[in-house]
Amino acid sequence: MTTPVNTSSGASASVNLSSIVATAEQLIDGWELVVGLEVHVELATKTKLFSASANRFGDEPNTHIDPVTLGLPGALPVLNRHAVELAMRLGLALNCRVQPCTFHRKNYFYPDLPKAYQISQYDQPLNIDGWLMLPGDVRIGVERAHLEEDTGKSTHAGGAEGRIQGSDYSLIDFNRAGVPLVEIVSRPDIRTSDQAKQYVSELRGILLAVGASDAKMEEGSMRCDVNVSVHKPGTPFGTRCEIKNVNSIRSVGRAIDYEARRQIDLINSGGVVKQQTLHWDDVAGRTNVLRTKEDADDYRYFLEPDLVPLAPDAAWIERVRAALPPLPAARRAALATLTGAGKESESVAVIVERGQDEYISAVAKVGGDAARALIYVQQAFAEEPATPRVPAGDIAALSLMEKNAKLTSTQAKTLLAELVTNGGGDVLAMAKAKGFEAMATGALESIVDQAIAADPQAWAKYKAGEQKAIGALVGAVMKLSAGKADGKAVTALLQAKASS
Amino acid sequence: MSPTQGTGRADRAHSAGRTVVDIAAAVANGSLSAVAVLEENLAAIAARESEVHAFNLVTADRARERATQIDADVQAGKKVGRLAGVTIALKDNMCTRGVETTCSSKILAGWKPPYDATVVRRLADEGAVFVGKTNLDEFAMGSSTENSAFGPTRNPLDTSRVPGGSSGGSAAAVAAGFATASLGSDTGGSIRQPAALCGLVGVKPTYGMVSRQGLVAFGSSLDQIGPFTTTVADAALMMEVIAGHDPLDSTSLPQPAPMLTGELSKGVQGMRIGRITDMPEGSSPDVLAQLEAAFDALRAAGATVVDVQMPSMLYGLTAYYLVAPAEASSNLARFDGVRYGLRVDAKDLNSMYGATRAAGFGDEVKRRIMLGTYALSAGYYDAYYGKALKVRRLIADDFAQAYTKCDAILTPTSPTVAFKFGDKTSNPLAMYLCDVFTIPTNLAGHAAMSVPFGTGEAGLPVGVQILAPALGEAPMFRVAAELERAQ
Repeated sequence: MTTPVNTSSGASASVNLSSIVATAEQLIDGWELVVGLEVHVELATKTKLFSASANRFGDEPNTHIDPVTLGLPGALPVLNRHAVELAMRLGLALNCRVQPCTFHRKNYFYPDLPKAYQISQYDQPLNIDGWLMLPGDVRIGVERAHLEEDTGKSTHAGGAEGRIQGSDYSLIDFNRAGVPLVEIVSRPDIRTSDQAKQYVSELRGILLAVGASDAKMEEGSMRCDVNVSVHKPGTPFGTRCEIKNVNSIRSVGRAIDYEARRQIDLINSGGVVKQQTLHWDDVAGRTNVLRTKEDADDYRYFLEPDLVPLAPDAAWIERVRAALPPLPAARRAALATLTGAGKESESVAVIVERGQDEYISAVAKVGGDAARALIYVQQAFAEEPATPRVPAGDIAALSLMEKNAKLTSTQAKTLLAELVTNGGGDVLAMAKAKGFEAMATGALESIVDQAIAADPQAWAKYKAGEQKAIGALVGAVMKLSAGKADGKAVTALLQAKASS
Repeated sequence: MSPTQGTGRADRAHSAGRTVVDIAAAVANGSLSAVAVLEENLAAIAARESEVHAFNLVTADRARERATQIDADVQAGKKVGRLAGVTIALKDNMCTRGVETTCSSKILAGWKPPYDATVVRRLADEGAVFVGKTNLDEFAMGSSTENSAFGPTRNPLDTSRVPGGSSGGSAAAVAAGFATASLGSDTGGSIRQPAALCGLVGVKPTYGMVSRQGLVAFGSSLDQIGPFTTTVADAALMMEVIAGHDPLDSTSLPQPAPMLTGELSKGVQGMRIGRITDMPEGSSPDVLAQLEAAFDALRAAGATVVDVQMPSMLYGLTAYYLVAPAEASSNLARFDGVRYGLRVDAKDLNSMYGATRAAGFGDEVKRRIMLGTYALSAGYYDAYYGKALKVRRLIADDFAQAYTKCDAILTPTSPTVAFKFGDKTSNPLAMYLCDVFTIPTNLAGHAAMSVPFGTGEAGLPVGVQILAPALGEAPMFRVAAELERAQ
């Protein structure tokens, strides 16, 4: 843990009787799980936090460096204002208070830390006291979201498993050194591994929505440290362990489940959980001890004398707040209202995550059927950008044709695929070209009558209440109509006839 | 006043006797060649440098190239800068692009910075000619230049004595006529004390007035760069060139350089000069006698002398020896053998760190790193570093109180004149006491300077320190000019 503030329980647990209590179903063999997350995200700035070198991932090693990045003697940091603004944007999106703040030095030796200290924020972070709402209105406190600089990246060659111990040599890429990070520290309000996953997912959505980060866990621009402890409900928090190297949302869940089980089994067998920093081994699916509390570094924090206090004025804060885009939760609610889908339905979540909700609004605006558009976009636009190439008008036309039974759902699907392939098209012309012309209700009725006449036994059974019998009749209609009839319309027609 | 009059003292050792103001004017109008000025300095260096050891590196070739270019520019009628042809020595803790910058430490021996410090760039832009990099106490930690890894510098006025420190090389270079002026850095007195011991003017500007970009940090919240010159007018001109906002230093004040040369003729009529009644004891009688003479001179020139109290002054030393080492322990952590400077190979990473730093740092640096690390450690922070910050606040409060009654304060710069080699090396505390009068200014971030005023024991110069509030350079220079005139 990198901040002075405990996110989960320490040894002095008397104050840690939480008001947030797990439900009976959430307990694990009678144990309550307590999780706090520290999430580091790289901010999407053009340049580094304290120098003009580019903030870019994936380039040739050591190409985005300068005297400040390398910690050369005499080089001084100059704070990147855009990084502060992005951090404020994130803080405000997390309902934090933006406050006057200072920078501290966190001192420790490591080859990828060029100055042998990291410039971070300590007792006066930029953003404090926020919260993030999970689906089901579960509110997770956000203790703080502070600015700091990233380290370089070490690669240990030879020896065991990419660890420095026993390696033949180590290579350091300083392109990442000095990249602006925000560390978002949750309160220990999370009670299940699913909530932890939801928290990370929701946080990611917010980061993307406000443009603070590209939040790519696989590239390390979003990284999670997980604090886990277990205790019996109503008793003080247990001793926590911090798990590092948890690099996907799925791993967050797995690491927590593994660690909770390990701690419970340890206590049940008479052992005591020791405060430790653990390393998540994703391949083996287990945690390993990195270090114990006793050999933890003393970071000797003190005020960074090369920087001055940062006090964003009210006007700046309000300007950033006013410019905040709608956040995922609000967008999901709006999309649910627009489409009639549930606000926690998967389709709504997926579309908002892809940022395609605006697009569905656009379809609705030009008169399209929002509910059908939601389904189309979810099914066919997974590879499309937030603003798909297919003009909203085309999707609107398609949705109306299906709604008005001018197309069967199967036909609509075929045309949708074609729209995606071609980046749009004249839906009416496409339907005509494919012979998907409308089947008028009159024409359909006569085909239905033909089918009934051809299979009186099935008709009799259906009329007698045998629902299964309708299958044969619908099948016959489809065959007679060469697939142009709408299955739903046929069913409705048969029902109407049977009950008349 | 005419700057050429200077102090005109017989004990001055600089052979050329030229001033910054003289040279700049004469070179610019073509009546003096920059090459000639430089050759005088190089001749002095050839004659006495082996004895004085002011320099870690003399950059004669580069300097000749530069001086020749300036002369050519003058001949061609091009506009030249305000320091055209002025020879300047740089303390070897200021980064010079492509020129070795060592901080007089083995750990940085051979290191060539890829960039110039802001002050170096500003001097160069005004036509200065850099003569070389001067010796210092390793990483500016010391008061005698005896802590240099490359051997001590000797006081040109009496080579059995120290030049003071940590900017001893920069002071000696000007006192010996190796350069017309020089830059030093002052964290707790490292410009003012050697200026006093070598009979020079030395300025510690208000914190944030001169950019620290490119100054290898010792105590970042205390360090300031300032000039050594033979006259007050030269110091004023140097300040006008090096001071002023620098966007590359976040602690740089958001304002232009103060205009000081115009202040010098204003006199001190009506100024209130503070005399500290509870001044720490231990100054030698010869130094105190000159301080009294300085008060008299200012009084005679129309100033009023008023009593002020600085009860926290003595605690300044204690606070300083927690704050400065604490910052130093962090600032010097980057010398780890990984990216530049010395590396002593060893079996694993931690052993390499240990072996490199053990071999690379001298005793005083190690002492301060340990002190500072301890002061910042968990469980000790509040008792040491935290308390030192409170004392720092008290000192600022005492000064604020004093400056309601006066415009500037006079104290000795150093409790004694230049002392002999080895006098204080065995007793770090005695050495630390050299800075008792200079340290409080750094803790408060205020302005201060030392001007030579009379002589003391063995005919050696005495320095009087003028303290002024933050951004009080203008009144401070008025007092300095008056003291110079009274000589």
